[in-house]
Amino acid sequence: MYIPDALDPIAAMTENLPDVLLDRHEFRGEITLIVAPANVVTAVRFLETTKGLVYNYLSDISAVDYFDLKLGYGDYGARPERFAVSYHLFSMLYGRRIRVKTYVNEDSPIVPTMTGVWAAANWLEREIFDMMGIRFEGHQNMRRVLMPEDWEGNPHRRDYPLGYETVMFSFNVDDINKHKPYAEE
Amino acid sequence: MGVVSSKLGDLGVVTTTLDTAVNWARNGAMWPLLFGLACCAIEMMSTQASNYDLSRFGMELNRASPRQSDLIIVAGRVTRKMAPVIRQLYDQMAAPRYVIAMGDCASCGGVYNNYAVVQGVDEIVPVDVYVAGCPPRPEQLIHGILMLQEKIKGERLKDWVVEGAR
Repeated sequence: MYIPDALDPIAAMTENLPDVLLDRHEFRGEITLIVAPANVVTAVRFLETTKGLVYNYLSDISAVDYFDLKLGYGDYGARPERFAVSYHLFSMLYGRRIRVKTYVNEDSPIVPTMTGVWAAANWLEREIFDMMGIRFEGHQNMRRVLMPEDWEGNPHRRDYPLGYETVMFSFNVDDINKHKPYAEE
Repeated sequence: MGVVSSKLGDLGVVTTTLDTAVNWARNGAMWPLLFGLACCAIEMMSTQASNYDLSRFGMELNRASPRQSDLIIVAGRVTRKMAPVIRQLYDQMAAPRYVIAMGDCASCGGVYNNYAVVQGVDEIVPVDVYVAGCPPRPEQLIHGILMLQEKIKGERLKDWVVEGAR
């Protein structure tokens, strides 16, 4: 079988899609490509279909809430937007991984869906919608997947209250029992 | 000597109260609901398996239907999404019905002190016996079940909950 030589993904992106690639990071051999939300599908399709890259497996989609934009670390510095969605791709042909990342605006957190490229993105995007409140435009079934349907808020956002309940000891048992609900027979 | 006693042997006569007789019957054949939520369920299975042999206490058979069972052992943390399911199962059980909150998570939320987990299943269903431990060893669960049986032995007919009369 003829297998084309592996290409450098950053060089291939800068050569073929110079407008799409906004930024890139390399950390201990991990490559992160930063693109705009509108160009995510273009970038991922390029990485999937180009000879020498063939990132044909979607490992995971994850979302991050940076909340305090000024708190960067390393060479990242300040974050441009509050949220980020990361696509973790794996090339089964060359056995290497890459991360495509896009920063999402807090006021209108909308990213185009990846379900047209990989059907596996369906539940991953639903989970992000459930936990982070980032909508995926074009997704056929944008409903909650983990929390109950009538849940309010997005639990993985950093400003979401943990729902911490005071631990009951003998000295505060009366205070807690005043408001703690107990089921009836 | 009548036919019956000659066939069965001279058993004599036992006098007792209706309370005691009913409670004895309820104690001796309790059917738990087949209901495990998390790691506590592993210990519950172990309790029912040959090493600890829960059938010694008259509850060898887990029923997969709440309509055939009278004890629900809540074995594990109860998420807010699972809470309506537990309440529905409890409501489907025929009276008299009993609840054992097995382990710290079912009793009070345990280490899961957050938005997703109900802080004690007693917010959803009335609990008869709390078994502490994370997870409780089979001996502890058996102790809890024996406590429940002691509680049932103390029940009185006049305190019975009549379905539909509430």
